[in-house]
Amino acid sequence: MEVSVTVNGTVRSADVEPRTLLAHFLRDDLGLTGTNIGCDTSSCGACTVLVDGRSAKSCTLLAAQADGAEVTTIEGLAGEDGLHPMQQAFHECHALQCGYCTPGMVMAAVSLVDEYDDLDGDSVREGLEGNLCRCTGYQNIVKAVLAATE
Amino acid sequence: MTVTIARTLDDACAALADRPDAVVLAGGTDLMVEVNRGLRRMDDVVALDRVAELRGWDRDGDELRLGAATTCAELAGDELAPLVPALAQAARTVGSPQIRNAATIGGNLATASPAGDTLPVLAALDAVVEVRSVHGTRDVPIDGFVTGVKSNALAPGELIAAVRVPILDGPQEFLKVGTRNAMVISVASLALVVDRAGRNVRVALGSVAPVPVRAVEAEVLASDRIDWDAGAAPGPVVVDRFAGLVADAARPIDDHRGTAAYRRHAVEVLARRALRRAFTAGSGVAA
Repeated sequence: MEVSVTVNGTVRSADVEPRTLLAHFLRDDLGLTGTNIGCDTSSCGACTVLVDGRSAKSCTLLAAQADGAEVTTIEGLAGEDGLHPMQQAFHECHALQCGYCTPGMVMAAVSLVDEYDDLDGDSVREGLEGNLCRCTGYQNIVKAVLAATE
Repeated sequence: MTVTIARTLDDACAALADRPDAVVLAGGTDLMVEVNRGLRRMDDVVALDRVAELRGWDRDGDELRLGAATTCAELAGDELAPLVPALAQAARTVGSPQIRNAATIGGNLATASPAGDTLPVLAALDAVVEVRSVHGTRDVPIDGFVTGVKSNALAPGELIAAVRVPILDGPQEFLKVGTRNAMVISVASLALVVDRAGRNVRVALGSVAPVPVRAVEAEVLASDRIDWDAGAAPGPVVVDRFAGLVADAARPIDDHRGTAAYRRHAVEVLARRALRRAFTAGSGVAA
């Protein structure tokens, strides 16, 4: 079936199998491999992208369900001026070890900061409950998110 | 595999009338996990998450009509939380932000899991489920909607259009026990709502029976013994009896998440806690 999704500001259309997951559409059809797939069961959050501005797990969403929607992936964050503030904060706070969870963490954090004012350590931890870091590098991830809010 | 992305309620009903065996997909937070795990095949899908008429909510006096595609994030949000606080508390305990952005109240009802977090709240509120098909709309009271473990009263070709709940004057509590705080499926849960105008307390339990259970004897006791004019918390003897009656209403089983004995104990603790919290000064019950 024909699916048309605005990805990082550009309309992208493809003829996909109806069963195609959004994560596979992004990775395999569009070549946007920044979105990782970890668990396939909505647990780990590695596949987090923004769908119409809200965080979503792209491994449990059909590409067809995103037809007509606006999707932002990790590749869409940086602008002409360089890294997005959240990416810069992750870089400066060394908020990654193996890096596998990082794209999903950054996207979930962008959504969190967009939705809430007055974040503190506890609310950042709560807000990132849907994202797992298998290196258990949470300390610096929380630091980075807080740094990005300043 | 066939996927129909319905854009209107009529389209969705027509698709289901044509293909009554089609799987109905909303947020997909339960269904897609089963599919990815290989536990379920989807040959024919009707997706409802793009049906505008299923989104949003309307208030009509003391009644709130929640479209079936109202998300847990919306239930927990600033607009709805003051109207049905226990529903907001329950929605906040569902999954993670990403899950709450996708998960819908209609999906929670249709999945009809014993651990569905909104179900005890809807049971305590005596919610009414609006069911729609090409033949029209019918109302199903919540106590007749969930018919067993993961089974519901929907006939082939029917879908959930909305859920109606009363806006009550009085405190509400939703309490849940799980193995940790984040991303957890409940081992036991309890919803308590107070209807000050009707001078009654209503309690429902989740994860301790195949379907949400109302603790009717406990409700009668609490409603009788509360000093509604003073709004004071009932004494410790009444609270203990209330909690004991709530535990008696549970019909728990042993499973991988907990034992029956633990669950019965847990709802007794939750009942005591919920009643005390509801009738503590500042809860809004005292005149």
